[in-house]
Amino acid sequence: MRNAFAEEITQLARERQDVVLLSGDIGNRLFETFKEVAPGRFFNCGVAEANMVGVAAGMAASGLRPVCYTIASFLTYRVMEQIRLDLGYHHQKVILVGTGAGLSYASLGSTHHSVEDMGMLRLIPGLAVLAPGDSEELRAALRAAVDWSGPVYLRIGKKGEPVVHPSRPKVKIGKALRFREGKEVWILSLGNMLPVAMEAAEQLNQKGICCGVASMGSLKPLDTDLLTALFDSAKAVATVEEHSVLGGLGTAVSEWFAANAPASKAKLVTFGTPDEFLHATTHQPSARGWAGLTTDNIVKRIALALGN
Amino acid sequence: MDLLVALYEGFLRIDPQKPDSPDRDRFILSKGHAAPALYAILAERGFFPGNLLNDYAKDGAALAEQPAPGCAAGVEWATGSLGHGLSAGIGMALAGRIQKRNFRTVVLLSDGECNEGSVWEAALFAAAQKIGSLTVLVDYNKWQATGRSEEVMALAPLRSKWEAFGWEALEINGHDYAEIGEALEVAKKTDRNRPLAIVAHTVKGRGVSFMQDDNNWHYRIPNEEEVKKAEKELLGT
Repeated sequence: MRNAFAEEITQLARERQDVVLLSGDIGNRLFETFKEVAPGRFFNCGVAEANMVGVAAGMAASGLRPVCYTIASFLTYRVMEQIRLDLGYHHQKVILVGTGAGLSYASLGSTHHSVEDMGMLRLIPGLAVLAPGDSEELRAALRAAVDWSGPVYLRIGKKGEPVVHPSRPKVKIGKALRFREGKEVWILSLGNMLPVAMEAAEQLNQKGICCGVASMGSLKPLDTDLLTALFDSAKAVATVEEHSVLGGLGTAVSEWFAANAPASKAKLVTFGTPDEFLHATTHQPSARGWAGLTTDNIVKRIALALGN
Repeated sequence: MDLLVALYEGFLRIDPQKPDSPDRDRFILSKGHAAPALYAILAERGFFPGNLLNDYAKDGAALAEQPAPGCAAGVEWATGSLGHGLSAGIGMALAGRIQKRNFRTVVLLSDGECNEGSVWEAALFAAAQKIGSLTVLVDYNKWQATGRSEEVMALAPLRSKWEAFGWEALEINGHDYAEIGEALEVAKKTDRNRPLAIVAHTVKGRGVSFMQDDNNWHYRIPNEEEVKKAEKELLGT
């Protein structure tokens, strides 16, 4: 996803003179073309993320459209107050791009995991939280973010993720993207879990369970029209995310469900990382295994929820 | 207060009729708790009617104890949490560079604020970017919320700290208008390739005998009698 981001932001810089890229000293050789295309509009802000976000806010206040790029865990946790005040309170149009989000950097340990980021950022009034499902969705989401009326957190993976979208989707902030239509079951997938969700849906359909998939690329605002439709008709709705079961998509859907669909008979099944730190040495697949974010586990628990 | 008067009476190129002009000089009061002083001078300069001051901090008033975003013309940035203003000011200054505008950016910090790590992240970055249009003023009154700033965080030598961070740095008496003016003349130079820090030695509450250098007045609100006494000392009336 990060290569797609670098290409798309470079293209945007060609098209728009107000696009500025700030990096937290990462992206080795990733932005060479950007620097050629937009000299004077690339800033390596060093390992000083709080300052980077404050600087971006000041730029946005002068009419620029700054994009801050660094590893998701470093862009969010330490910088929470700058995000809250300089971006949220001032409602500045800054785009934060957190790369290697979720368990993408599993092998680097919990310092590099970001599985609480969305839970924190979802609390900031006026901040959109986006997590595109693949590189094609990311390119469209980045363009939507640049045109959005307030600050945006765009949470992306690292590299080599499978592409699920057959072509560039039309991304609208606040709207999910539906892939395959379901009847009994819907899997709501967030970010880079999309290929796993698709595989799980395929297996459920082979078992005769009609399972749909939607990419919840916009966690906030949440696509409540879609939720209304699904909880009206489905027997089970599952959320799948490389994020803690606390605070992210599972929580957002639970909150909506509890407040808005009291008559629904649908069961909600949430998949995410447990409320504990991962101390073991892992890589992304084994870390997903630890969290139960595997095709097998998703199929098994959904079937259980249906009473099969 | 003297620093604000000097800035607003002779340095900042601002037009109260065009408070959003893209070419205006930017001033950020990063020590947001001094907002009443800023409000008073903005009203004096005609950014908004003086009667707004009468409702200061009342329910529903435009002017709060710490400034909110867009609360009044001339207020560039909502501050109140320390350590934010300098980064925002750097962003504005760099935007000026990108947009080829020649405005200057001034950020006023408190000495207690210099405890915040984000101030020094910003200081390093501004030096790396060689932002000659940027000036920091430090209101060095030697007090922070609950103690002497030197005892809490060993700030001294403050001027050479800024120099060590790659800034041009001056040290002045922050109540002497001639010294403030001289330092601001340095800030006006257009051939600078380093940001400028002006460390201004000040006395908190100066000019009011029973307030000055007494940190209790960081918190206290004077009663009617004390206001009269202070007015007499300051204005001689």
